[in-house]
Amino acid sequence: MAMTKNEIEILIKESIPDALVTIEDLKGDGDHYSATVISKSFQGISRVMQHKMIYDSLKGKMGNELHALMLKTRTE
Amino acid sequence: MNDIKKLDVTENINNEIKSNDIVLFMKGTPAFPMCGFSAAVVQILNDIGVKYNTVNVLDSDEMRERIKEFSNWPTIPQLYVKEEFVGGCDIVKEMSENNELLDLFNSKGIETNPS
Repeated sequence: MAMTKNEIEILIKESIPDALVTIEDLKGDGDHYSATVISKSFQGISRVMQHKMIYDSLKGKMGNELHALMLKTRTE
Repeated sequence: MNDIKKLDVTENINNEIKSNDIVLFMKGTPAFPMCGFSAAVVQILNDIGVKYNTVNVLDSDEMRERIKEFSNWPTIPQLYVKEEFVGGCDIVKEMSENNELLDLFNSKGIETNPS
């Protein structure tokens, strides 16, 4: 079961309200996305923890409904 | 998975990362990666010229599920350096692009031979 860009963005923003989210559907199949997430809340946090914050926001969908989501995080 | 089986697999993971400086949990093997993300990390490690061990998570359903819980990370590949979880494919890629990965190996006293 795939997810839409919109669903992904909504979930991320629910957890990280100031997030600027840019999502690209890499293969046009609703299953392989790349996302760039910019948020001040990433400041002073390791990259692993930043990615974990995003995975947490997706509530277990990552690796299940959502097969591939390439992540880039930035603070600004 | 029953509790005893779980403990066994956790023990295996612990042994792997304790007895090897670099461990990559991946789908497939370095010669025959079964997923593009695993292949990308193998390529990066080969380019840096470090010795690494791999665990093929496709060999065992238990390992495939357990490693995600162990690292609290939902995807594979997963890279460990000196018992520390470094990240998945995106992080390793980013770290290799800005030379952070090479710095990490150097700072941990791991021999590299960049091509």
